[in-house]
Amino acid sequence: MDYSIKIGGEAGQGIQTIGDTLARVFSRAGYHIFTHQDYESRIRGGHNFFHIRFSDKPIMASREKIDILVALDKESIGQHENELSEYGQIIYDSATLKQKHEKSYFLDVPFVNLAVEHGGNKIMANTVATGAVLGMLGMELDILLEIIKDTFKKKGEDIIKANVNAAMAGHDYAVKECIKCSFDIRGGLVGETLSPPRGKMLIAGNDAIGLGAIASGCKFYSAYPMTPSTGIMLYVASKAKEYGIVIEQAEDEIAAINMALGASFAGVRAMTGSSGGGFALMVEGLSLAAMTETPIVIALAQRPGPATGLPTRTEQAELQFALYTSHGEFPRVIFAPGTPEQAFYLTNKAFDIAEKYQIPVFILTDQYLADSQWTFDGFDLSRIKYTDYRLKGDSFKNLAEYKRHSFTDNGVSPLGVPGDAKHLVVTDSDEHDEEGHIVEDAETRIKMVNKRLFKKLPLIRKEIEPPSIYGHSNPEIVIVGWGSTYGVMKEAVDELSANWDIAMLHFSEIYPFPPTNKFNYLNVLKSAKMTICAENNATGQFARLMRAETGYTFNRLINRFDGRPFTLESLIGEIDALIR
Amino acid sequence: MPSLDDYKGQNPAWCPGCGNFSILKTFKDAMVELGIEPHQFTIVSGIGQAGKFPHYLKCNTFNGLHGRTLPVATAIRLANHEMFVIAVAGDGDCYGEGGNHLMHSMRRNINVKLFVHDNQIYGLTKGQASPTSMATDKGGPVTKNQPFGVLSEQLNPMALAVALDCSFVARGFAGDTEHLKELIKRAINHKGFTLVDILQPCVTFNKINTYEWYRQRVYRIEAEYNPEDRIEAFKKALEWGDRIPIGIIYKNNRPIFEERIPVIKDIPLVKQPFDASKLENTLKEFY
Repeated sequence: MDYSIKIGGEAGQGIQTIGDTLARVFSRAGYHIFTHQDYESRIRGGHNFFHIRFSDKPIMASREKIDILVALDKESIGQHENELSEYGQIIYDSATLKQKHEKSYFLDVPFVNLAVEHGGNKIMANTVATGAVLGMLGMELDILLEIIKDTFKKKGEDIIKANVNAAMAGHDYAVKECIKCSFDIRGGLVGETLSPPRGKMLIAGNDAIGLGAIASGCKFYSAYPMTPSTGIMLYVASKAKEYGIVIEQAEDEIAAINMALGASFAGVRAMTGSSGGGFALMVEGLSLAAMTETPIVIALAQRPGPATGLPTRTEQAELQFALYTSHGEFPRVIFAPGTPEQAFYLTNKAFDIAEKYQIPVFILTDQYLADSQWTFDGFDLSRIKYTDYRLKGDSFKNLAEYKRHSFTDNGVSPLGVPGDAKHLVVTDSDEHDEEGHIVEDAETRIKMVNKRLFKKLPLIRKEIEPPSIYGHSNPEIVIVGWGSTYGVMKEAVDELSANWDIAMLHFSEIYPFPPTNKFNYLNVLKSAKMTICAENNATGQFARLMRAETGYTFNRLINRFDGRPFTLESLIGEIDALIR
Repeated sequence: MPSLDDYKGQNPAWCPGCGNFSILKTFKDAMVELGIEPHQFTIVSGIGQAGKFPHYLKCNTFNGLHGRTLPVATAIRLANHEMFVIAVAGDGDCYGEGGNHLMHSMRRNINVKLFVHDNQIYGLTKGQASPTSMATDKGGPVTKNQPFGVLSEQLNPMALAVALDCSFVARGFAGDTEHLKELIKRAINHKGFTLVDILQPCVTFNKINTYEWYRQRVYRIEAEYNPEDRIEAFKKALEWGDRIPIGIIYKNNRPIFEERIPVIKDIPLVKQPFDASKLENTLKEFY
């Protein structure tokens, strides 16, 4: 089984509430879920949708065909009716939309009337709709009712009861009226009752980054809200009290990164996040991190530019920006997770490497990954690394002498916590001596560049993992990508492998560019008949980086730059056209 | 107790006669009298002649970017509120490049002590107008970079700070070190964000606002003046020209930012160990 549900409507109608609730019901029931959102840059009105795909087998991308369309406005029908699958159904409330559809795949459910009648308030129309979808699928209501109880716990018994009644009304109505509904959701789960902890973990990219930061001991997060990065800050803020985290909404992104650096200098793990336009303002702060060797983790959630671009949509066009931005030469690390799971572990690795080498580390994500929810069996906390590299307490006090930027064999100088000892911690955005004081002499300059850049770089490079390969072991066709395209590429390989010897090469640790000693991915590329690099940008930024770093040129490029993510059908179609 | 020798830093690279020398000397005297040892405080400075200040004494130092002293200083306090945090900036640094941060630092009322070395000119870039340069039609300069004169109005940092209800607003003069020392001590002892604007003659590039010019105008604010009266303070802040007041123009007792953040109310952030034991439960929330 493999079904897709789309909830469409205006901003403010509660699309996300219905979508989130349904996704949670399915994941608790043990299904694999993939959700993604498409919304406009407005708080009310416009057209937005929430797409949920669920299956009894692992899934990690969206399909274009819809099995149930929940139409909260007329435009949802106009835009998405043609996406219906063979047995697809549209549910809508003719009284709200003020239009009646006679075609057989329309199911008119009086969301508002049922809400008023059974819940006592039209505000519960969305609960009716959620119940109705489950009724169409032939699912029981037990999980939804649990969720309702959790959600409205603080609002009291009456509200819970009203919502339960509304959900039941929607459910019963759909069961009775949807004579054309022929969904079979049992699939591989026949006969099992799945409930937590048998259910799956459901998490979006932004939450996974926030969770990864918290699990890494992040104590300070400063940022200025900017779509699509804001979700990271919101998640960390929701845990600030529990984990003792200072979260500060800075007056601008310049302040945000300088604050994160101040906190890091003072001795705590710190992070900031933004999207391209906001990160542009942070660029001078990035080089300040480099010069003062202050650890920092920066989440850069891409959206289409230039300038304000398409604020709520997706693109992978800031790779070259993250790679080359800033004045001066210094080491940096760029991770580009492909899934929320990778986002969790790579955020942890980012904190570790940032502090170990006292450098800036990027988590490069995008709107698609930021807002997409995936299901997993769970995250493994034993894989989380926490090593405190700072010099503090007695080990700092007992030192005979201390120089913040002392020359060492590996270029890494002890990172003292100011105030912990009588030793002074001095650093400067000017070129400085070992103590941290301004200098201008050529000899010290050369030694400092050697220390900051050339001594650290080979060690950092050793930390980088090679790309992952999936599919045929000796492929004729290799499809290559990075970051958020992981899931859609992987599913495309699954579909195409019926007819082709095909594999995927996915890069999630991008810079320093992965060495080939652990896995010679260049050999895989060179022995293939056709290599295709697929990117959500116009110019093939990763393909350029590959050529610059290895001399290898891909045979073909697939570029999507309309602000939308690849869907399975669109990617397969493009690959198919190239290899046929 | 620390002695003056404990604060001896590198040799200053300022012009002979620069007003910064007396600020440096006075600052060290004040720290000795306050008994604050070098490792107990951090100076965050920006870029400009004032930015070099912490190198010329001994203390924890973050000499950051032009205009960005306050965000760094703010976060150091948030991470460790047992540390004295002092921000040192010039008029271009703080009132020009970093103006936005000044406004929001006052709003937050973070317990950072900001000392602005205000010479009403850009020194390190050789004599361009600064935000506090007087307009040319009001006696200000004509510079190479402002060939038609300074057309913008002079920024009044004191009036700005009073308008934003800044917790401590004061003006000092590098030529009256006895008064300045008391002002620095009062500022450091004040609980809340403090702005001390220090008039500091630039002997090389500012040929108008000289020691002589200031000495003829500067006067110590009267003992009976009440700095807690905001309306009176605003009047005092507007005084400029023939008579320029020095001293505490305004102060209030607003609660400081650090104390209003529950997670650092008791223990400084930097001293709170990371507790990973709750993570299992947090993961459960995603099911």
